Amino acid sequence: MNVVPLNMNANCDTTCDPVLRAGNTNCAGCGMSIGLQWFSEVFRDSKPILAIPACCGIVTAGAFPTSAYSVPIAATTFASAAAVATGLRSVALMNTEENVTVCWAGDGGTYDIGLATLSAAAERNEDIIYICYDNEIYGNTGGQRSSATPEGVVTSTTTSGKSERKKDIMAIMAAHHIPYAATLSVAHREDFIRKLEIAKKTKGFRFLLMLSPCPTGWKSEPEDGVDLIRYAVRCGLFPLYEVYDGDRYRINVERDQTSIEEYITRQRRYTKGSILAEELTQLIDARWQKLKRIVRAFPADDNKV
Amino acid sequence: MARKLVSGNQAAGHTLAVAGEANREARGCICGAYPITPQTEIIEFLRAYEFTKGRVVPVESEHSAMAVCMGGSLAGARSVTASSSNGLAYMTENVFAAGYYRLPIVMIAVNRTLGPPWNIWVDQGDSLMLRDAPWLQFYTESHQDLVDTILLAFRVAEDPRILLPAMVAMDGFVTSHTQMGVDLPEQELVDRFLPHCIVPHRLRSDHPTTIGGLTWPKETEHHRIEIQRAMERVPEVLAEAISEFEEIFGRRPHGLLSAEHTEDADVILVASNSMARTLRGVVESRREAGEKIGMIKAKTFRPFPREAFESAVGKTAKVGVLDRNHSPGSGGIFWQEIVTSLRNQPDTMVQDYLVGLGGGDVTPEILHEIVDDLISRSKSVEPVWKEVASR
Repeated sequence: MNVVPLNMNANCDTTCDPVLRAGNTNCAGCGMSIGLQWFSEVFRDSKPILAIPACCGIVTAGAFPTSAYSVPIAATTFASAAAVATGLRSVALMNTEENVTVCWAGDGGTYDIGLATLSAAAERNEDIIYICYDNEIYGNTGGQRSSATPEGVVTSTTTSGKSERKKDIMAIMAAHHIPYAATLSVAHREDFIRKLEIAKKTKGFRFLLMLSPCPTGWKSEPEDGVDLIRYAVRCGLFPLYEVYDGDRYRINVERDQTSIEEYITRQRRYTKGSILAEELTQLIDARWQKLKRIVRAFPADDNKV
Repeated sequence: MARKLVSGNQAAGHTLAVAGEANREARGCICGAYPITPQTEIIEFLRAYEFTKGRVVPVESEHSAMAVCMGGSLAGARSVTASSSNGLAYMTENVFAAGYYRLPIVMIAVNRTLGPPWNIWVDQGDSLMLRDAPWLQFYTESHQDLVDTILLAFRVAEDPRILLPAMVAMDGFVTSHTQMGVDLPEQELVDRFLPHCIVPHRLRSDHPTTIGGLTWPKETEHHRIEIQRAMERVPEVLAEAISEFEEIFGRRPHGLLSAEHTEDADVILVASNSMARTLRGVVESRREAGEKIGMIKAKTFRPFPREAFESAVGKTAKVGVLDRNHSPGSGGIFWQEIVTSLRNQPDTMVQDYLVGLGGGDVTPEILHEIVDDLISRSKSVEPVWKEVASR
């Protein structure tokens, strides 16, 4: 049987292809797909090399010998992306190669199993861009809770709603005094691209957190994904902000009067869960006040950063 | 040749460093470094070493130490590390990954008892726990054997016919922390012996590939078969490397194993690591007394040299295996391999002795007792526990 493998264009020039090519296995409405397309716009010409741990981000590559990716990829063990990237980047630097080493990891590989590795690479201030696409769930294995899963959400291992709060990974990363940490929204393209550009210009460890809609895990409609993220930003659930050197903060999009109801009523992970809109609003208010206090106390100087 | 009095750890650190430095005109050297007794001095040595092109990354765990080595190797550098005991256990997932990636990383395993309960003394259960990983494994009896074997390990691991990682083991404390006179290899000679490290499948932007992605059963079968074929090529590649080693360094290290006084032996004892040295003294003294005793120093454990064992044992009636390791519910791990090797020699009796576990001192007197026990037996029994520490 003579089959031309999917995405296997051995004789074609692949340098113009997007980082994630057509024909990949990502679900319709996957936020990670959008993230990779925008990543590609900014980094395609910078010779990116990606370390991807176990997550949907490597499943989407497809099966050997094909790959949906047009750039070099190291599919690492679950907890190892930041350490493998350290090795890759160290050798690139000692050979004065101009490329960019990127970790592209889900929340399981970032908040949970890979946290020690991530923390260590950040503490060493490795010259790596670490992008976490956070769909708040172990999506690959069918939707189990992670420490990124928000309070109240139903998963296959929190069947009546998660009783614990979502881990504040941004605070953890800021505490490492890394040069740049920022949150990304697929509903705020200009802000997203601008932050990728800052990450591109910055040396040292850069951490970017993207809230990534996941129709299968969130029990939402694929076409609602970008709207959901817009609501999450507007109602204050997912603040867009950035932190320089761990001690200079800037909020990029202020919350408005959007109700959390807009966000949670369109996801069955919430509607069948244990949390009420009022409770969630109180949590958001408290978190937002804390963030505002931090930003007032430690503002990023617009002229400096 | 600089002959120096050094500890096993210093010898290993020096050798890893000069091997890494020998790749300075290629893609350099990388090490993921994490301390654990009794190997810590090795990574301290490497951290202090001034590489022309190299980096020793102080990571947060053994798991990441191997991950840094994998990243470095995937970028084409020569990659080295060292660990022991629970460190090797913690590293295990990435030990397997490094082999399945076909990355020629060289790691020193300083054998130490696995805990809990915590015990820092020698026991080979740590590296032998990794026997089913796609790694070469060598066991060394002395400081010189260690140094020479490390250099051979780079040669064989990085050979395009092999491309598998290699582990070089030594006994914790007995070797790692005692001093012996060693011909430490000089940079110039190592530069001649070790070609530039080439990882043909390294990641490169001008030929983008996805390494370590998904495979179906068909590709996975091929992958495993290719690893087995590479293992089967090791004896030939190792023999070539030893010949070149002899030309450059003027001495000839042991290869798969060392068979001593086996031709006419009625009884053969098998040992590895420093126990082989103690055994040699025992065998020599029994020979002087007119007894037909021989020994095999087991050196290469992966691939296990079944043919070499079969031919070294020949028609010998009795073989005793000294195992400083224990697979609960089974017995000694070398014994299992040797019984498999001698499966076509039904007239040979193979008896296992579990001796020196948890670092108990295995003295010549104990080995004499084992020789006497073996001679007195006409039929093998289950592995015999030879307790040494409670005497």
